[in-house]
Amino acid sequence: MKVSQQWLREWVDLPISGDELAMQLTMAGLEVDHIEPAAPPFDQVVVGQVVDLTPHPDADRLRIAAVDVGKAQPLQIVCGAPNVAIGMYVPTALIGAVLPGGLAIKKSKLRGIESQGMLCSAKELGLAENADGLLPLPADSPLGHSVRELLALDDAIIDIELTPNRGDCLGMEGIAREVAALNRCEFHPLSTEAVKPVLDATFPVRLLDPVDCPRYIGRVIRGVNPAAETPLWMQERLRRAGIRSLGPLVDVTNYVMLELGQPMHAFDLQRLTGGIEVRRARPGDRLELLNGVFIEPDEETLLITDHQGPLALAGIMGGEISSCTDATRDVFLESAFFTPTSIAGRARRHSLQTTDASYRFERGVDPQLQRRAAERATRLLIDMAGGQPGPIVETISPEHLPVEPAIHLRSTRIHKLLGMNVPAIQVEDILRRLGMAVAAEIDHWLVVPPSSRFDIALEADLIEEIARIYGYQRVPSNQPLTRLQMPPQPEGQIGLERLRETLVQRGFQEAITYSFVDPDFQKRLDPECEPLALANPISADLAVMRTSLWPGLLKALIYNQKHQQSRVRLFENGLNFLLTEEGLWQEPFLGGVATGAVLSEQWGVPTRTMDFFDLKADVEALLTLTGEPEAFQFVVASHPALHPGQSARVERAGESIGWLGALHPRVARELDVEGDIFIFELQLAGLRPARLPAFQELSRFPASRRDLAIIVSEDVAVQAVFDCIRQCGGALLREVWLFDIYRGRGIAEGRKSLAFGLNLQDFSRNLTDNMVDETVSGIIAGLTEQFDATLRI
Amino acid sequence: MDALPKLLQTAQVAIAEAGDLATLDQTRIHYLGKKGLLTERLKELGKLPAQERRQAGQSINEVKQALETALAARKVELEAVALSARLANEAIDVTLPGRGHHPGGYHPVSRTLTRIETLFARIGFTIAEGPEIEDDFRNFEALNIPPHHPARAMHDTFYFDAHTLLRTHTSPVQIRVMEDQAPPIRIIAPGRVYRCDSDVTHSPMFHQVEGLLVDEDVSFADLKGVLDDFLHHFFECDLAVRFRPSYFPFTEPSAEVDIQCVICSGAGCRVCKQSGWLEILGCGMVHPAVFEKVGIDSERYTGYAFGMGVERLTMLRYGVNDLRLFFDNDLRFLRQFQ
Repeated sequence: MKVSQQWLREWVDLPISGDELAMQLTMAGLEVDHIEPAAPPFDQVVVGQVVDLTPHPDADRLRIAAVDVGKAQPLQIVCGAPNVAIGMYVPTALIGAVLPGGLAIKKSKLRGIESQGMLCSAKELGLAENADGLLPLPADSPLGHSVRELLALDDAIIDIELTPNRGDCLGMEGIAREVAALNRCEFHPLSTEAVKPVLDATFPVRLLDPVDCPRYIGRVIRGVNPAAETPLWMQERLRRAGIRSLGPLVDVTNYVMLELGQPMHAFDLQRLTGGIEVRRARPGDRLELLNGVFIEPDEETLLITDHQGPLALAGIMGGEISSCTDATRDVFLESAFFTPTSIAGRARRHSLQTTDASYRFERGVDPQLQRRAAERATRLLIDMAGGQPGPIVETISPEHLPVEPAIHLRSTRIHKLLGMNVPAIQVEDILRRLGMAVAAEIDHWLVVPPSSRFDIALEADLIEEIARIYGYQRVPSNQPLTRLQMPPQPEGQIGLERLRETLVQRGFQEAITYSFVDPDFQKRLDPECEPLALANPISADLAVMRTSLWPGLLKALIYNQKHQQSRVRLFENGLNFLLTEEGLWQEPFLGGVATGAVLSEQWGVPTRTMDFFDLKADVEALLTLTGEPEAFQFVVASHPALHPGQSARVERAGESIGWLGALHPRVARELDVEGDIFIFELQLAGLRPARLPAFQELSRFPASRRDLAIIVSEDVAVQAVFDCIRQCGGALLREVWLFDIYRGRGIAEGRKSLAFGLNLQDFSRNLTDNMVDETVSGIIAGLTEQFDATLRI
Repeated sequence: MDALPKLLQTAQVAIAEAGDLATLDQTRIHYLGKKGLLTERLKELGKLPAQERRQAGQSINEVKQALETALAARKVELEAVALSARLANEAIDVTLPGRGHHPGGYHPVSRTLTRIETLFARIGFTIAEGPEIEDDFRNFEALNIPPHHPARAMHDTFYFDAHTLLRTHTSPVQIRVMEDQAPPIRIIAPGRVYRCDSDVTHSPMFHQVEGLLVDEDVSFADLKGVLDDFLHHFFECDLAVRFRPSYFPFTEPSAEVDIQCVICSGAGCRVCKQSGWLEILGCGMVHPAVFEKVGIDSERYTGYAFGMGVERLTMLRYGVNDLRLFFDNDLRFLRQFQ
């Protein structure tokens, strides 16, 4: 809402400056976005009258005007404007004037003819984007008078960003009431006296949908002068509010909308048939709007129709068929109340921009305002363009009109909600200045807000009003007092922060990627999964919800590779989204991608490119946090995104919780990534449960170490060997680890040598060689039986 | 057989000339070992006539003591020399970088989230979470935003179907918590939110932290206190904070909170659009209609809620000047927040 400060000061006797006002509005919840001057700076532009006009001898398009600027001699000014005419009053830039944009007016010759100034268009004065001729000034403007003063251009426009609850401030009157309350000064509401009808002429109106339109005021005005022009002062006010002047009929309705907040519409009476009906659209209804768009409204849409069909989209936009034209002489003026719910969202439904009318109706127009607005518009129109008004005809469905609530307001509640006392006298004063009826009862007030305030229905709403006008800055800032309550601290769950910290400590950088991804990209990684698609994605490459963290992480990896980063280690945690048979599944996962050298390039360490087992160690570090890494298995399994020979499903107690592997080389080529990429993803629900530590007695007896090298077939999985050793090792075997794998000389083709370290220990005695040998023999026997293992000697 | 004095002298020379501990030890053995020259003398004492034995024994012992003293002294000297040689030999360039792997780091948005969570957790707020794909009811209706409400137009919502959407704010977590839990309630809800809007200053996905406190006798003054504290501690400076009336359908009274611009200290700059103030969060007292939707008695209980944009706080805290950097995940950017 653009508010001319000058205009506002006509409504309120403001004791403060413009800057103070802007700050005050902002601090009262009417946020000022910016203040701009009504016109850019210029000076020495005065009122002139063209008293003579002669053709330019050497230029067809130019004419030589004699312009009276109130001096003894008229000025000779060469002019190219098409609308220049004898008798016309025009802004005249004198020699020495500087126009917006820095154009300095000097005495000059145009095609050999001296020009002593310049006649100006609105554009040249910075009052319009475009102009097709001189700006005509009102006849009888004082000659030689400053145009800046004449048009009162030393004005500041305050642009207020209104919140959706303040429909009442979408007119000058509402803003003025607010400003008056803030400054506790006088507020002069617009007096709108009834215009006496001269004719009997009326046009019938029926409200077929009184819920959506409970009040409709219509008035016939005949004999309007189609050649009349909108006075400059009104054009100026419209301009300052950001509205283009489109001729008296439209301008008057817009002007009243700016003044009072009531959107109105003027129909060409000659183009109406039968009578007005306000109703929901029916199948087959079709309407061409003023902007040339054809719509086929659905039954949710409220229409203004006549007996021939739709005329206008109620409260949003008029139709072409009934609109006023340059030839319109007889007008039917509409001033109606449409309920917010009947208008809200409808413009968008028809792919229309919000209009000035729909913007107001969906926020709530005062349901008591229609008659005043109609009288005001009649007065203005008749003053500007003549015409004879008929009587006002009000069609109304009283039971459907909004009723102002009577709200109980307790001072105890004010204190409870705000944490401070507001003196009763202040409470009443604030509410009354906001136009509310306030009656003091025994322990409360009964408050009735004005019909313009759609946002006030509850006690809390009144308390906000009080706080707002009283000043939020006067509410104290309290250190909160609350009951202490210890939150649970489940030790059987690893905190996400611990998992993340582990990855960070292992050299991973955290990434945050979009939860929606490119469907093609994702399909390459997860071809079988049908992702959840957005109905209105922002772009084709962010169109489906991720089913895995990999697409986002790989995209980030590719981004970094393209920026000369060869060693990339990224992780992310977040939800994955799947549509399952049980419904939507949104589950937190932790995933990572890694490529490049194991260690960043450094001295004293040979550079080694990472492989599967480097990432596996990272994953194992996470699993170890559970306190029971032995509960997890890496199961040989294939996944479409992973290298078939380098992929493992991670299971916990037999349940899959995620994947680990090398990115499939085919996928890597399709995605245009470089080098070998290793990726993992784990479901947090499977990762987080942790075992509570349980103390085990420490042995006081020394441990014995034995090494065991066996040769097994290449296809024996080491995990199985480990399992066998542990199983056969019995109670004495404390620890077993693999310290070497060997293939080559001395080992038959297709077989490999595995070297294990064993640690044996007992709790109750020193182990003898015999006891150790017995255990190791048992292990060897088991390995031989299960894997056909032979000892390597 | 040399006279004792001669032997002592020779031995002393040998000890003094011993250049290392091994030679010194050989010298010791040569004289004092089991078959050493001096030991031999001692052994031969028995052969001497009894009246000479005492005198001779005493002389030998004196020599022995003298040698032992000399040996010990020389040993200390040689050890010191050996140690210095070893130290000199083992000297390294300690300015060489350490070896091994270097830790990674957290995303700046996470860093801010953690910071916010920590500050609120210390005064007893617990962390609540909710789904990112939400239903229309909890994202809008229960928050007093009925269909076609003008506030919806500001929310540029991503939809899946008429009832399912990506949450546009973390406020639905309020609803979920209040549905499940009776007051007193004290939670913050950090998380991802989504709006169908993308340009220099808007990202289709971003992060918010929602706060909610419901109890008996919670007032707007308490809300001011908690947010004043938070902002001072978050930015670690004594900046001006102002509460300005605003509108959110789910709070009444509602406020927008501005801080004195942290870039220009309020003098006016590009970041604060010359106003000297930065809009930093929205807040208010929980609207009675919201309490009604979740079945909390609004006569008995009052509450406050607040919501803040994490990217914005991060940008202001660390001086990041482009929102899009957060989601490129450029390592050169991320590493700045290790």
